[in-house]
Amino acid sequence: MADLDIVGVSKKFGHTAAVSDLNINIASGEFVVILGPSGAGKTTTLRLVAGLESPDTGQVLIDGRDVTRTAPALRDVTFVFQQYSLYPHLNVYDNLAFPLRSPLRKNSEDMVKTRVLEVARMLRMEDKLQSPATKLSGGQMQRVAIGRALVRNPAVYLMDEPLSSLDAKLRNDLRLELKRIQQDTNATMLYVTHDQVEALTLATRIGVLDHGQLVQLGTPKQVYQDPSSVSVASRLGSPRINLLPREALPRLDLPDVVKTIGVRAEHMQIQLDATLASAHAVARVARIERLSDQFLVHLRLRDLGGREHALIVSAHPGHLAQPGQDVAIQILQSLSFDARDQRVRH
Amino acid sequence: MSQGISTAHSVVEPTSGTRWFAGVVVALYALVTIIPLAWIIMTGFKTPADAISYPPKVVFSPSVEGYCNLFTTRSRQTPEYIASLPPANGTCEQIAREQKMVVAGPSNFVPRFTNSLIIAFGSTLLSVGFGVMAAYAFSRFKVPLKDDLLFFILSTRMMPPIAVAIPIYLMYRELGLSDTRLGMILLYSAVNVSLAVWLLKGFIDEIPREYEEAAMVDGYTRLQAFRKVVLPQATTGIVATAIFCLIFAWNEYAFAVLLTSGEAQTAPPFIPIIIGEGGMDWPAVAAGTTLFLVPILIFTVLLRKHLLRGITFGAVRK
Repeated sequence: MADLDIVGVSKKFGHTAAVSDLNINIASGEFVVILGPSGAGKTTTLRLVAGLESPDTGQVLIDGRDVTRTAPALRDVTFVFQQYSLYPHLNVYDNLAFPLRSPLRKNSEDMVKTRVLEVARMLRMEDKLQSPATKLSGGQMQRVAIGRALVRNPAVYLMDEPLSSLDAKLRNDLRLELKRIQQDTNATMLYVTHDQVEALTLATRIGVLDHGQLVQLGTPKQVYQDPSSVSVASRLGSPRINLLPREALPRLDLPDVVKTIGVRAEHMQIQLDATLASAHAVARVARIERLSDQFLVHLRLRDLGGREHALIVSAHPGHLAQPGQDVAIQILQSLSFDARDQRVRH
Repeated sequence: MSQGISTAHSVVEPTSGTRWFAGVVVALYALVTIIPLAWIIMTGFKTPADAISYPPKVVFSPSVEGYCNLFTTRSRQTPEYIASLPPANGTCEQIAREQKMVVAGPSNFVPRFTNSLIIAFGSTLLSVGFGVMAAYAFSRFKVPLKDDLLFFILSTRMMPPIAVAIPIYLMYRELGLSDTRLGMILLYSAVNVSLAVWLLKGFIDEIPREYEEAAMVDGYTRLQAFRKVVLPQATTGIVATAIFCLIFAWNEYAFAVLLTSGEAQTAPPFIPIIIGEGGMDWPAVAAGTTLFLVPILIFTVLLRKHLLRGITFGAVRK
């Protein structure tokens, strides 16, 4: 286990900046999730740490040691790829043993065997050790791929959307398993995903990457409750945060720089009495979506200029609003953003 | 899953009529291609008289005379001399004596055949070896002028190799490579390496980089990753390429005629000029041709599993 520092790292491919001036310090034992849309530079970040790409500027330090120019093999990191995760010509045992058999490590076959069996037990794959890699299901393959990372206790684990190709149930199971394994081994993890649920449940800290830049880095709670920009705010939360132009909510008292108001679905209340004096706005119910534990009420809000804005409010079952009905909306909490979509704190 | 449109005729499954028709077409084609081959094998077991009889004989009494003539040289002797010899040991001696001849010694067939084996397999090894390394480099690295280089490599195959026969002949004479096995190996490798690079590049392009990258992160150098991960993945492509290279080098005739005459002569220029008394010794030629087919047949049969997958040019993944 070791800490990982990414210091002012930039990388361009041709004229496209994949990552620009990235700074992240990851303490030993931390589980950092990099979240961002595709093309944000998430994978490039991992590849830079692994040494599969070399940065144009900046440094990568593992345990205080500058490894910017070090070969991948000598960095003591491990990489779980999104797909093509196993060597298809080897069986499960040999796949798991592959990192241990590296000429760098000089492990005896007995040690390799002990360790492989240990990891296979942890992943509940003992009965599949002799199966060819290509005969496994997607979930088993990915479990072995994670096992191949676990087998040798590296300084840093790098995982590139390791669960994205799996179905929902397996993804949930493996997510829990990953978290458990990480806590048991106290591993340092840098984990890339575009799935907010993974980010929120796994991370000790989340870094949100957009267009190659780290726009925010903080605990899941901080990033969710106190996003620094519209893009961060809309990346976390389901349903997505409601973004309204300021004109749509004239009754809110806000500074002039505020151009956009973000309100999460759970931070609004619906009152059936549309004439309520304390209401921040009045909107018409378009339809009601029933989820297991809550209703999502889709509303149409008409602003003073006559333009309509869609709005989603979460309400508890038992709410009696009907489609077509006008309701009053009370806003409990809101986030303000300026003309450049940056957060305004007031 | 068993319900649904099971009664309907599937659009992708061939009907029994289509299958039957395809079977007949394949059988006919096989027959057409197999006839010359069968004729050669038959001729190898005919006597010289049967081989040139008109109308051609389909039913004949088999003889190993052709094979004897292929492997031996014989000299004509007087009946008195033959009568004075002890009884013949061996079938070939027997056949020779019936024609008032004795076996004088082995023919050049075995050394020529050995040359063919050494030159064909040597050049295959060399072209596939260089090919796989060049293909890997073209596939994975930023090689300056990559496209131009690849085109240049391909362009060496745009004319028949024999078009450059005269410069090569002169060059080889200067370098002392004429009529040497090394010369022929180099020549066939030079011709085949372009084919090998192009074929193998296609196969290696199909292998996801993630495999090697994973190996490099797992503690291997690029070269070790190449050996442990890329090569096993490329087996199919390597085998298919090797078979193509081998077939070219094995069958090559024009350069062999031009550049080899003695020491390094291969089987293709040797076999058709086996002359018996009073003209071509057709049974011996046919026998040589039959034996000449055997190595390629063995090689292809041994590796046919890879070949069948390889011919689809990497279309089958995993």
